[in-house]
Amino acid sequence: MKLLTHNFLQCHIKGVKNGYPLNIEAVKIEERDADFDPDFLRSMFKRIDWKAFLVGAQALGCAEGLPQAVSEEQLQDDGFLQKFHHALLEVCLEEGSLICPETGRRFPVVKGIPNMLLNEDEV
Amino acid sequence: MGKSERPEHTAPPDIFYNEDEARKYTSNTRMIAIQEKLTQRALELLALPPDGTPRLLLDIGCGSGLSGEALTEAGHAWLGLDISEAMLDVAVEREVEGDVLLGDMGQGVPLRQGVFDGAISISAVQWLCNADRSSHEPRKRLKAFFESLYRCLARGARAVLQVYPENATQAEMMVAAAMKVGFSGGLVVDYPHSTRAKKFFLVLMVGPSSYAPQAKGLDGADEPMSEDEDVDMGEGGQVRNEGRQRKRHGKPKGSSKSGAQLKSKSWVLKKKAQMRGKGYTAIPVDTKYTARKRKKGF
Repeated sequence: MKLLTHNFLQCHIKGVKNGYPLNIEAVKIEERDADFDPDFLRSMFKRIDWKAFLVGAQALGCAEGLPQAVSEEQLQDDGFLQKFHHALLEVCLEEGSLICPETGRRFPVVKGIPNMLLNEDEV
Repeated sequence: MGKSERPEHTAPPDIFYNEDEARKYTSNTRMIAIQEKLTQRALELLALPPDGTPRLLLDIGCGSGLSGEALTEAGHAWLGLDISEAMLDVAVEREVEGDVLLGDMGQGVPLRQGVFDGAISISAVQWLCNADRSSHEPRKRLKAFFESLYRCLARGARAVLQVYPENATQAEMMVAAAMKVGFSGGLVVDYPHSTRAKKFFLVLMVGPSSYAPQAKGLDGADEPMSEDEDVDMGEGGQVRNEGRQRKRHGKPKGSSKSGAQLKSKSWVLKKKAQMRGKGYTAIPVDTKYTARKRKKGF
């Protein structure tokens, strides 16, 4: 699971109001090359929750060099974009858990696949 | 294939698509070709602006990633959701570009508001119409799915869901559930006159829209020949569902072969060109002898 995906995931247990962002407990992380596309990165930046992204990057150990806030100039700066690209698309959570901030419910991540299946009483 | 059970009647999707089935499905060249074709058509109906910007799409019921790969080919990023662990394992094995999630769309897609530029689904959403478990209520599940889908799409985004409705009731059920949560749009039916080639696409827009996609094959022409069907192509490219013509011995009533030439030279040439176009290599070259009139009783 890449941080791009994590940024969009939320807990959908019935009644939960603050199910985003999911906290990450990382057990195994892998790095995988991805094509660098600045236009795509800028397009994704618009919809990313930057704060949640930073917290996720922290958990996956790739937050270094990422600013607290991003300016317009930085979106055109290759240096920033490379760091953003790496953290967003190249660092993958292979094994671990995603934890709902409201209920503490754990969603396991196995082989890079988050298991978001709910139990009958959570629907 | 026509007489076999619908998978939806055999078992719930997470059980039906087990490891064996997942492998069979993914290595079946016919399945790959069909999925590819359906994904292309779904992308066509999605009508994303052709400005080369890679978009973020949701692939619902992504399975082993056959449709996802076609999305990657088209230059888009995607996130897949499927209920079958076995199918998703195959997707990961095949190193598909998109991340995949294990989840049940009938429980709602676990994604936050307004993040996707579009969504597609190939042959999956009709599973919601079945009560696979005693606790399932199809209407409740359809509602949860469409509500969450509507929410996670950006404004102006579309969803194109290719489905295999068992009957008209199921089709209506899906359309109604979508409309109820605020989607506009409806069902696009390609090749409506052909039992085999007929394909249903639920084309949904977030909010009101003037988008009006055109179905394929409405006049019966240009039917995809890859379906094995007893279809006879007349002169004008009209599709007629007739049985095979029985060979006539001796002169038929009236003159010999009057009226529309069912297997005329132009039809034969057209058919051969079609088959070559599809990739068959053993089609004989067209010569002056091709479809030449033979003596009667040949």
